[in-house]
Amino acid sequence: MNSVILKAGTRYLAGLLLVFSVYMLLRGHNEPGGGFIGGLIGATGFVLYAVAVGTADARAALRVEPQSIAMVGLGIALLAGLLAALFGQPFFTGQWLFLGATETDKGLPLSTVLVFDVGVYLVVFGAILTLVFAMEEEI
Amino acid sequence: MSWLLAVPIAIPFATAVFAFLLRNGAAGRWVSVAGSAALLAASAVLMQAVLAEGVVAGQMGSWPAPFGITLVADLLSAVMVVITAIIALAVSVYALADIGPAEERLGYHALFQVLIAGVTGAFLTGDLFNLYVWFEVMLISSFGLLVLGGRAEQIDGGVKYVALNLVSTILFLTGIGLLYGMTGTLNMADLSIAVDGADQGLLTVVAMLFMIAFGVKAAVFPLFFWLPAAYHTPAFSVSAVFAGLLTKVGVYALIRMFTLVFDHDTGLTHTILLWVACLTMVTGVLGAAAQGDMRRILSFHIVSQIGYMVLGLALLTPLAIVGAVFYLVHHIIVKANLFLIAGVADRLTGGTALSRIGGLYASAPLLAALFLVPAFSLAGFPPLSGFWAKFLLVKAALEIEGWVIAAVALAVGLLTIYSMTKIWAQAFWEPHPEGREPRLSDLPAGQRWAMLAPIMALAALTVFIGLFPEPFVAFAERAAAQLLDPTDYVETVLGDRG
Amino acid sequence: MEIIVASAIGVLTAGGVYLILRLRTFPVILGLAMLSYAVNVFLFASGRLAIDQSPILSKYADISYTDPLPQALVLTAIVISFGMTAVLVMIGLGAYLEAGDDHIDLDGSEPEAGKDGTA
Repeated sequence: MNSVILKAGTRYLAGLLLVFSVYMLLRGHNEPGGGFIGGLIGATGFVLYAVAVGTADARAALRVEPQSIAMVGLGIALLAGLLAALFGQPFFTGQWLFLGATETDKGLPLSTVLVFDVGVYLVVFGAILTLVFAMEEEI
Repeated sequence: MSWLLAVPIAIPFATAVFAFLLRNGAAGRWVSVAGSAALLAASAVLMQAVLAEGVVAGQMGSWPAPFGITLVADLLSAVMVVITAIIALAVSVYALADIGPAEERLGYHALFQVLIAGVTGAFLTGDLFNLYVWFEVMLISSFGLLVLGGRAEQIDGGVKYVALNLVSTILFLTGIGLLYGMTGTLNMADLSIAVDGADQGLLTVVAMLFMIAFGVKAAVFPLFFWLPAAYHTPAFSVSAVFAGLLTKVGVYALIRMFTLVFDHDTGLTHTILLWVACLTMVTGVLGAAAQGDMRRILSFHIVSQIGYMVLGLALLTPLAIVGAVFYLVHHIIVKANLFLIAGVADRLTGGTALSRIGGLYASAPLLAALFLVPAFSLAGFPPLSGFWAKFLLVKAALEIEGWVIAAVALAVGLLTIYSMTKIWAQAFWEPHPEGREPRLSDLPAGQRWAMLAPIMALAALTVFIGLFPEPFVAFAERAAAQLLDPTDYVETVLGDRG
Repeated sequence: MEIIVASAIGVLTAGGVYLILRLRTFPVILGLAMLSYAVNVFLFASGRLAIDQSPILSKYADISYTDPLPQALVLTAIVISFGMTAVLVMIGLGAYLEAGDDHIDLDGSEPEAGKDGTA
């Protein structure tokens, strides 16, 4: 598609969508959001970019093949489940670390659940882009 | 304990990740082989534990049953996982020769390993919704494998395959929704208790939904049409693993649900299953007789053989369940092997259409001998594994004085011999129509052994089971006893509530 | 409320069944999508229909809540059917662009195989 407005707009929108997708991913920790929706929003950023400037440029901007991103995401999600083994607990039991916790304050909670969500984010992001790029290239 | 159950699912996933990232070199295929070998080791350990301690259950994520996802292995699950691992190893070795670099770059090995993960997941899960998820994992990866390469014929078969399987999925989900609405639980062990208090009429409706949903997966009459349309199109290693494992997951799900949960009105449900089983046997074998392509014949035989397994479930006597379990194990080994042999025949003679190939007996007697083992076993010749499988089922039918059923089972066995003879006569006995003399030594040595070693191993396994059936029958008896009296299963799953 | 949800499921199912009986790929894909929407709504309703209630237990007040499990199940089912539909559309599109039409049954090899069988 050859549209100056779209191209100019995409430059900002794509970046904004990617930032927003990370926000959604982290927000999913305790509120609506999470890896799936974050991945979708992030993929939208690149889809928009692909529509504006073409899939070849979008692939170049992504640097890595989207399929590989999805598979790495699967690996990360699996790892998040396997981490429970280090603590002698069943597969996929959430492991929590409270950074800087005090008597009154919980501190910053970090968990393998978040790692799993990052994996989901990457799987969704990669899978959507794989499909969309393939479709765009077919047409 | 719970790790024993998680590892057989985690290994194929991890293998898939590495195989995909390394897909552009030779390393990817060796990762796949190594992953399958590791899976075999893990499943052997699991089997050991189940043999020693009875049913093993684990609560994933430490969420107690029935709220979390439970993985559970009884003897049937454990033996299915072991067989899955054996087939995975055989096929991933075979794929070294069968799958070209182009398909590898598209991610063949990763898809294959994800498929295996789906299969082991389906065998090990103790949660109905989780079973649905594994079905979908299998469906997506098998669809990917089916259309890999993208020939029109493949896509045509693939679309039929996916459309019918999605309909089955939708029925399955509807059944899940109804069951949840009725009982408030989806844990299979919990369900087996909870259904006693439910509306029995509605429960029968749900049982029918599940029968149709799993029936499509298992390819029983009259829901099998997708199978012959799809199985003859992909690469041979793909159709071998499909033939061996995919439909058997449906049979497994049928056996699991109709012994554990839906045993309230066996007079109705299992009578329907009995009819379905007989019609499946007959249509499958007749369909095979009308075909002229090696892979299509074998595909129809899958359908007919599924009938035997469902027959075992439908009769629901201890001996019949023993027969069904034995048949499952025997069939997976034999069927996968026949497809692998068809792959070698295709490589040597340039096709699988029977009218266009031939001469294999004269030029490749080793392959001919290797074909005879699973072919006779499939037809039920002593002393091969198929004989004992059929013997157990026919005996079970005679015990309840089901003369017609026994006669059907025997007649179908005869017709199976007929189509095996057809393959034998046209592909092996008659000379090649173009006068080619295909020799095994024409293949490069590495490829030759990558293809023949798995075939020989599987054939040896068939012979071994046939010659020494006692431990296997004894094992099947124990597995059947667990299925018919699920107290241990239920207690192990729910006992971990703690 | 029940009647609205029930008739929505019915209409979606009817439309879906009609569409999957077409002999072209795209109506079939749309039909499958409609059927999966129908079953998703059905699954959602299996936890009882409740208006304006959160799926979260509250430890501070004895307020009623709606069953969270079907919502989780539906979310999973939506994600899976979304993925399945996307893959199907991609393959279907590829086949359509290659063959120039999207009729499903191009089983041209079938009669040929039958001929072989009688030979």
